[in-house]
Amino acid sequence: MGIVLSAFTIGLILAALTMGMLISFRMLRFTDITVDGSFTLGAAVAAVMIVNGWSPWLATLIATATGLVAGSITGLLYTRFKIQMILSGILMMTALYSINLRIMGRSNIPLLDTSSVSGSTEHIISSLSGELNRINILGWPVSITDFSVFLTALIICVLAAIALRWFLLTHLGTALRASGNNPQMVRAQGINHNLMIVLGLSLSNGLVALSGALLAQYQGFADVQMGIGMMVWGLASIIIGEALTGTRSIGLTIAGAVLGTIFFRLLIAIALRWGLNPNDLKLVTAVFVFLALVAPIWVKSLRKSIWGGLRNA
Amino acid sequence: MLKIKELCKTFSPGTVNEVRALRGVTLEIQEGSFTAVIGTNGSGKSTLLNAVAGSFEADSGSMELFGRIITNWPEHKRALLIGRVFQNPFAGTAAGMTIAENIGMAMRRGQRWSLRTAITKRVREEISDKVKTLKMGLEDRLDNPIGTLSGGQRQALTLLMATWLKPQLLLLDEHTAALDPKTAAKVAELTREIITREKLTAMMVTHSMQQAVDLPDRIIMMHKGNIVEDYKDEMKARARVSDLIKAFERVQKLDLFDSSVAELLEQQYV
Ligand SMILES: Nc1ncnc2c1ncn2[C@@H]1O[C@H](COP(=O)(O)OP(=O)(O)OP(=O)(O)O)[C@@H](O)[C@H]1O
Ligand SMILES: [Mg+2]
Repeated sequence: MGIVLSAFTIGLILAALTMGMLISFRMLRFTDITVDGSFTLGAAVAAVMIVNGWSPWLATLIATATGLVAGSITGLLYTRFKIQMILSGILMMTALYSINLRIMGRSNIPLLDTSSVSGSTEHIISSLSGELNRINILGWPVSITDFSVFLTALIICVLAAIALRWFLLTHLGTALRASGNNPQMVRAQGINHNLMIVLGLSLSNGLVALSGALLAQYQGFADVQMGIGMMVWGLASIIIGEALTGTRSIGLTIAGAVLGTIFFRLLIAIALRWGLNPNDLKLVTAVFVFLALVAPIWVKSLRKSIWGGLRNA
Repeated sequence: MLKIKELCKTFSPGTVNEVRALRGVTLEIQEGSFTAVIGTNGSGKSTLLNAVAGSFEADSGSMELFGRIITNWPEHKRALLIGRVFQNPFAGTAAGMTIAENIGMAMRRGQRWSLRTAITKRVREEISDKVKTLKMGLEDRLDNPIGTLSGGQRQALTLLMATWLKPQLLLLDEHTAALDPKTAAKVAELTREIITREKLTAMMVTHSMQQAVDLPDRIIMMHKGNIVEDYKDEMKARARVSDLIKAFERVQKLDLFDSSVAELLEQQYV
C-alpha cells in the first residue's frame, strides 16, 4: 500500500506538469523544452524560500510565478525575436540551469525538518483522528503524514484541473486554443496570435513550476538535475491520458492528463519493484514515447498493406 | 472607403525566385461598392487582398480605410475592420474546435479579452438562430468539431463569421473556387444576399466571368501586378462576359508579344 499511495501522490503532483504541457504541447502545438528548466526552477525557488523560513504556501505561489515568467520569456524569444520553436525552449532551459544553481547556491538543498504545504492538512487530520499516527484506508494502515501529503496533492490537483478547464472555456481560453489550431484564422478574427503564444507558454510553465515546487517538498530536497527528462515524462503521461479518456471535450482531456500521469507513475513503481534499474528509467520512458508516437502510423500502414494484399489477391 | 496608393510587393527579393507580385497598384473603392477582381493566375489578385488584410507588410505604398491609415497596422488589428473569406475552405476556421466556439470568436471580434465562459446558453441560441438561416442543418451540430464538416459548409460558416459583426470591408478570395458547382452556387447566392442586406463594401476575386458580371458593380482586371482594366458605372453596366474574355485575350497577346520579343533579342545578342 505504501508504494501505491506514494505513486498516487507523485502522480497527482506531476499531474500539474502534465496539465501545463497540455497547454503548450497539445493546445498551442508548441514543443516546449523549457519545461525541463522551469520544473527545477519551481523546486529551487520553493526550497530556498522554505529553508529561509517562508511559509510553504507563499513559497509555492512564488515558485509558480517564476515559472510564469520563464515561460513568457520563451514565448517572447519565439514571437518577438523569431527564434525557432525548439531553439527558444533550449535557450531558456540552458539559461535556467545556471539561474537555478544561482538561486540554490549549490546543486542540492535538503528540506529536512521544514514545514511543507501538507503541514496544515496533517494538523487537521491528526486532531480529527485523535493523535493516532496511523489511520486505516481501505483496510490498510497508512501513516498520517503520508496520507495528508496525498490529500493535499489531491486537493491542489483537483483545484488546478477545475481552474484550467474553466479558463480554457472562457473567451480568452478559446482564443488560446484556436491559436495552436489555425493561426491564420485567429488573426483574421482580430486576435493577437503572438500574445496568445506568450500567454499559453507562461501558463504552461507556471503549472510546471508548481509541480516542481510540490515535488521538492514531497521528496524532501531540490536538486538542480531534477528537471531533466521531465518533458518526455509529461509527454508519456499525455499520451497515456489520451488513450484512457479520449479528447472529446476539454474536461475529458484534462481528466485524462491527470489519470495518465498517475497511471504512468504506477507503471514505473511496478517496474522498479520488479527490479528495473532506476538509471534506465529515462531510456525506458523515451522508448515508450517513441513507440506511442510511431505505433499508430505502423498500425495504419500494416492495416493498409494487409487490406491491399487482400484486394490484390 | 479604401484608398490604395502605389502599393508594391516583391517576394524573395534579390534571389532567383524573385516575384514582383504588386507593381505600384493604385485603387480607390467607394463605400458600399462591390468590386470583382479578375485576372490570370499569378497576376497578383490574392497578393493584393492579402496586402490589404495585412498578411504581410507591403514594400512601399500606402493604404487608407475610412480615413485611417492602416499601412503599418498588424493583421489582427486590421481584422477588426476587415472580414475575410479565403480561397482555401479550411483556412478560415479552426478545425479542432467546435462550430459554436469558432463562431463565438467571430462574435467578439475587436472586443476586449474576457474571462467569461465563451459559449453560454444565450450565445448558443443566438448562434443557432443565425446558423439556421444557412439551411444546412448545421444548427444541430454546433458542438461538433468544425473539421468534420465539408469544405462548402465550412466556407458558408466562414462567410457568416466574417460578416457577423458588420465589417467595413469584406475580402473574398475565390471563396467558391474549391467547391462543387452546386455548393459554389449556394455560397455565391449567400454572399450576394449578405452583401446586399448589410450594404457591405466588398472586394471579390473570382475566375468566373459570369460571377464578375452578375453581382458586382465594378470589375478590375489585374495583370502582372498591375490593374490593366477598370470597368465601373456605365462601362460596367454595359460589360458582358465576352468583353472580359476579349480583354483577357488582349493582355495575353501582349504577353506573347513580350516573350517573343525577348526571344528575338536573345537570339540576336546572346
Ligand atoms: N508568399 C509568397 N511567397 C513567394 N511568392 C509568392 C507568395 N505569394 C504569392 N507569390 C507569387 O506572387 C505572384 C502573385 O500571386 P497571387 O497569389 O497573388 O496570384 P493570383 O492572382 O491570386 O493567382 P491565382 O488566380 O492562381 O490565385 C505569383 O507569381 C506567386 O507565385
Ligand atoms: Mg489567388
